[in-house]
Amino acid sequence: MYLTRARPDTAQQRSGSGKLPGTVFALGTVSLLTDISAEMITAFMPVYLIYTLQLSYVQFGFLDGLYNGATAMLRLVGGYVADRSRRPKLVALTGYGTSTLTKLAFPMVGASGFGIGAVLATDRAGKGLRTAPRDALISLATPPDRLGRAFGVHRSMDTVGALLGPLVTFWILHELGSGSSPVFVVSFCFALLGLIVLAAFVRERDPGPRRTEAPVSLRACAGLLADRRIRRITLAAGLLGLVTVSDAFVYLVLQRTTGVPFEVLPLLPLGTALVFLLAATPVGLLADRIGRWPVFFAGHVALLGVYLLLLPDGGGYPMLAAALVLHGLFYAATDGVLMAYAGPLVPQRLRASGLAVVQTGQAVARLLSSVLFGLLLAAVSMGSAVLIVLTAFVLALTGAAVLVGRKGDS
Amino acid sequence: MRDWLAAHRIALGVLAIVLVVLAGGGYVVGAALDGPAEQGPAGPIARGDLLYIDLAGGQDQVRKTRLDRPDTPAAATGLRCQRVYSAGGTTVCLRLAGPGPSYEAAVLDSGNRVIRTVGLPGVPNRARVSESGNIVSWTTFVTGDSYLTPGGFSTRTGVLDLRTGTLVESLEEFATTVAGEPMVAVDRNFWGVTVAADDRTFYATLASQNRTWLVKGDLTARTMHDVWQGAECPSLSPDGGRIAYKKRTSRLGPWALAVLDLRTRQERVLQGTAGIDDQAAWLNADNLAYGGTPDSGKKSTIFTVPADGSAPPEVLIEEAASPVPLR
Repeated sequence: MYLTRARPDTAQQRSGSGKLPGTVFALGTVSLLTDISAEMITAFMPVYLIYTLQLSYVQFGFLDGLYNGATAMLRLVGGYVADRSRRPKLVALTGYGTSTLTKLAFPMVGASGFGIGAVLATDRAGKGLRTAPRDALISLATPPDRLGRAFGVHRSMDTVGALLGPLVTFWILHELGSGSSPVFVVSFCFALLGLIVLAAFVRERDPGPRRTEAPVSLRACAGLLADRRIRRITLAAGLLGLVTVSDAFVYLVLQRTTGVPFEVLPLLPLGTALVFLLAATPVGLLADRIGRWPVFFAGHVALLGVYLLLLPDGGGYPMLAAALVLHGLFYAATDGVLMAYAGPLVPQRLRASGLAVVQTGQAVARLLSSVLFGLLLAAVSMGSAVLIVLTAFVLALTGAAVLVGRKGDS
Repeated sequence: MRDWLAAHRIALGVLAIVLVVLAGGGYVVGAALDGPAEQGPAGPIARGDLLYIDLAGGQDQVRKTRLDRPDTPAAATGLRCQRVYSAGGTTVCLRLAGPGPSYEAAVLDSGNRVIRTVGLPGVPNRARVSESGNIVSWTTFVTGDSYLTPGGFSTRTGVLDLRTGTLVESLEEFATTVAGEPMVAVDRNFWGVTVAADDRTFYATLASQNRTWLVKGDLTARTMHDVWQGAECPSLSPDGGRIAYKKRTSRLGPWALAVLDLRTRQERVLQGTAGIDDQAAWLNADNLAYGGTPDSGKKSTIFTVPADGSAPPEVLIEEAASPVPLR
């Protein structure tokens, strides 16, 4: 039972069967190229700031946290404008375009801490703007019964880009040295390619003639939360986001408790990404079969497993591998699956806004969790901190189960 | 126009992609061919040299000039490092090691042969070798996942004793007290080690919850305790009587270089050094050298400044970092 009026024919097909629309692959390619561009900068930024510019990294981290929080709100704006204008592709283009231009702005602001902060904030603003309309484009182009797989394929392609980006940066540093221009220019080129693919190869559903119904209003968007199921999934995702501690911390503790060498640390995020890449599509397919809410919930149980593995000392590489597999599965079972679950709950004309509401709730909760966890770490030992988080996690899982119900009401 | 664009969307897209790939590829090939060729054979590193990393070409070449005549033409050393230090015949070079990108600390003997490499958990930041050449130390920034989440970074400081081969992977392994109380906060971080002439006593920075302390420690007993507040990246003078360090001029303001007399506990902030973010090096008993950004937009420059604050800093070498005086 879906709230959408579109494609009633496809909704009756057997779950998970049939082809995915080309739009999903085109948007996957856009994300792949954009992620190469973005992750190149991510991998380069520490070297650039500390080494080339000799700037304070600590101060930068603090400012960056603030920008992250501020621009999470821009998802709501992106979603609302996409629905109101009925042109999600145009809003996504604006967001991707903004981020593309920032790659050229870095060399221009040079070593000004404020300038770099502003460029990063603009990049984030672009990311905030584009996310909800992009997910809405996927959600609107795909028959509801294949959404899990569609988002799985999209996130897999996205992750391929995330893995390639640091490799490109390494190659440039190795071959061309640490001069900053090649990294920024090549990153700009990848972003530009993503923009071209989006403009030329992503088809937008024809919005059709404007019907007599009133244009999308802020009131209508706020009214989304009046819908019991949207409200409850937003709350549940937020509640679980509140106990999701930052990946960086998970890796730091894992390296310490498993006793693997320090130098393995930079490679741990790659482990998670690789599992995510391989698992996103099959897990998405599974979500289409057995239900998206149970899979989303199970993903958080996997994260609980990661936190449990943080408790005992020792274990070496097998323990590390087990934790990274669970961590990757957590992402595979939650990231795209949440959008696939939320999509059909939101009326088509409010799709981007609805997805933005759910995403923003989750993002703000995770940001808050980072801050709270930082305070916790300063107060108690690592083992106690992990125990407190574990307890909170069990409570949050219980709360989410009560809120949404065992079958997700759908 | 609009209809024409719509009709030729695919063809235009393919054309645009080809153009971007050609332009980007052309740029990369050009940049690769443009790289400065290394001139002259690599010479040994000797007393009286001033080493630094040349940032101009982006190739991270370690060059050497004369300590007493820094304006003499620089010669190559054959090393490429993100951070370098050398003393007593031992050189430590923090450099790119593999994809990730990941980094390593390479320890070289007086003949520039690599005698040991240690994988680093993050991006190179500080490097030091004790006067005798026996103790090597470094600091790296450990970054987490994408960009930086709040609290998503930390520092790791390692110390290697070449006499015994003992490697301390992190100063967090040492028993630390602040104001007499054991310091166990998980968010504690250490950076910038400087080792005294006895190859045992060391100074470093300890940070937790936005507060920093200068700590004094013992490499053999594996202990340390706080001695001063707000001092970062200490550097012990050749006579062991003074410590130069960077210090915040306000809560979130820039750092300035300060010198503390350990005997009188008098601290002097050196004029004109605002904006420094480096571990200073003692050129001699009276003068310090450090890397800093001159104006926004420029790469790091090496400055020199008298340790008594009697004169403002002067430019020593432009587009350069990591000054290493081989006294």
